[in-house]
Amino acid sequence: MSGDPILTVDHLMMRFGGIVAVNELSFAAERRKITALIGPNGAGKTTVFNCITGFYRPSGGAIRLTDDVGRTMQLERLGDFRITKQAKVARTFQNIRLFPGMTALENLMVAQHNALMRASGLTLLGLIGTPSWRAAEERAIELARTWLDRVGLLPRADDAAGNLAYGDQRRLEIARAMCTEPVLLCLDEPAAGLNARESGGLNELLLSIRNDQGTSILLIEHDMSVVMEISDHVVVMDYGVKIAEGTPQAVRDDPKVIAAYLGADEEEAIAVMESGT
Amino acid sequence: MSAISARPSHAAQPSGSAFILKKALISAAVALVLFSLMIGVRTEAGPQGGLIYWTRFGDLAALVGTVFGGSIIIELLRQWWGPVDKEHIVPKPVQAAMSFAGRWLAPALLVFAFLVPVIFYNQRYILDLSILVLTYVMLGWGLNVVVGLAGLLDLGYVAFYAVGAYSYALLATNFGLSFWVCLPLAGILAAFWGVLLGFPVLRLRGDYLAIVTLAFGEIIRLVIINWQSLTGGPNGVSGIPRPTLFGIPLDNSDDGLAARLGIDFSPTHRIVFLFYLILAMALLTNWVTIRLRRLPIGRAWEALREDEVACRALGINVTTTKLTAFATGAMFGGFAGAFFATRQGFISPESFTFQESALVLAIVVLGGMGSQLGVALAALTMIGGFELFRGFDQYRMLVFGIAMVLLMIWRPRGLIGHRAPTVFLERNQAISSDLVKEGHG
Repeated sequence: MSGDPILTVDHLMMRFGGIVAVNELSFAAERRKITALIGPNGAGKTTVFNCITGFYRPSGGAIRLTDDVGRTMQLERLGDFRITKQAKVARTFQNIRLFPGMTALENLMVAQHNALMRASGLTLLGLIGTPSWRAAEERAIELARTWLDRVGLLPRADDAAGNLAYGDQRRLEIARAMCTEPVLLCLDEPAAGLNARESGGLNELLLSIRNDQGTSILLIEHDMSVVMEISDHVVVMDYGVKIAEGTPQAVRDDPKVIAAYLGADEEEAIAVMESGT
Repeated sequence: MSAISARPSHAAQPSGSAFILKKALISAAVALVLFSLMIGVRTEAGPQGGLIYWTRFGDLAALVGTVFGGSIIIELLRQWWGPVDKEHIVPKPVQAAMSFAGRWLAPALLVFAFLVPVIFYNQRYILDLSILVLTYVMLGWGLNVVVGLAGLLDLGYVAFYAVGAYSYALLATNFGLSFWVCLPLAGILAAFWGVLLGFPVLRLRGDYLAIVTLAFGEIIRLVIINWQSLTGGPNGVSGIPRPTLFGIPLDNSDDGLAARLGIDFSPTHRIVFLFYLILAMALLTNWVTIRLRRLPIGRAWEALREDEVACRALGINVTTTKLTAFATGAMFGGFAGAFFATRQGFISPESFTFQESALVLAIVVLGGMGSQLGVALAALTMIGGFELFRGFDQYRMLVFGIAMVLLMIWRPRGLIGHRAPTVFLERNQAISSDLVKEGHG
């Protein structure tokens, strides 16, 4: 691949006992681009995500992240929370994982934990309530307010996250991930369960995140209208291996992809692919 | 969502008199089967060693009748109250009442607490009881950090209370250090043990965490019993120095406080001093906890209780967050322990049994996990209420138990179950308890 990759996955292997979930997968996600990872159910997409975001330790291979100032980090060696803290990779979950008993605003405040911990002098300055801490807290609330506004949830800032509608919860989770100020945003099926209007709104949000924030996006998605409309590059997986990659158009016309999606029945596959555009 | 889906099921609930009668009959039948052997027939060893028995069918009939009648009354009351709404938003009148209570109850209690020694100056019993209640308020607030905020079930909290008490007792009797020097040391030592306990239990959740913390509490107690050369074993430590008012003793000696102020000595002075001491310590615990909740570390604790996986995805170090919760809770336990030692003047392992852990945990759960005011009210109810039932003699435990059960049915998430947000833009509205997670270890 040419260009300026932010994330390079190199011969990634993930075994669970005797099962190989991801087999020698290599792909790259380019900076300030939206890369989609698609494939049928059970293809190993979420496993790749879990390897990238440190929830699994890969059995083999390398995941390299080169941030905007040119530092390169081996994500598989960082592991766990450090991937978000140091490498600035944020993620959302397939089944939404908000803090349901905390307000929308609080959810976004928790996301700024590491920055606020530093500002509060590891709690000590915050306990006394120094002006520097108060200013930092104000800034954090301001950032949260900005993101609530961008996802259209500002009027619901003080409502419990668990009380929000499903689509709102999806958007709040993206806003929460963005509050960690990531260089790479990993979205696991952000359009799942959204209606056509909501997924249209999601497209706009993701494009504005890419264009205004300059955040690179890696997303898993089944909703072809989202994949085809906004992604710059598509990687197709099946049974843990990459079967195709390229521009959305190139991937859509690839017979291997069509076969993987709906068995050998190409007629039907083409119909599905086209209904998505 | 479930608020909507809950309604049809209530509407479908039968409510006719036949239903009530049927339900009461079933309850009465169950009672008959249960009590026929327990109450109906009484067996005893006879004078010759043989088994003799006699029947008490009258008592049995009375009991079954009571169950039958009670069941009807309960069912009628239930229908009169109407369905228990599963509204996710706290209903407006409740919210208004809560905010009113929140605004006035806490300050009123605080003012009352300050005035207790003035009002009850001559009633030693009430003063002693208030000191006891405040000790448990402090312990409850300390454990609230671990259980209520971070959602880590800790059944061995008394271990830190013991560490604090023995730290002060041993440092004071062996090295002659004063209470005010030992107090922070006791807190630091307890926090150290909190971290030590935290490490092995980091990976455990729920029941497993509870069992390990329970074992930890027992280990500390057994070490204290068996390490005779240091702790005096079952004999405990006696002659623990009384606290001084920054070096001025509160006794009837020439340089005591009474002599210096030129007033007559009274042993009540020391009790009043102890009262204000524990009040100040409890309020410090409260203040620190309230502040911590609004700091990133406190929010991380609550986020950890809500969803640990999401915390990791946000770059929160789950390990240190859990350890700080254990350490903070343990530190307050240690402070309370040091106070306990100086108040009693004598400590032994008997004061640090599992019973104490269970009592403090019950206070936190009853109060509503995470609620400061709730914990204070619960400590007052549990400790004060237990004393209130003294008149029932041998039935005291029974009545107390029934009262607890009724209280938990009435308020399953504790006296104050809703959660107050730590930060808000426009509206500071309470979050209903059914959204707030209890944590899973």
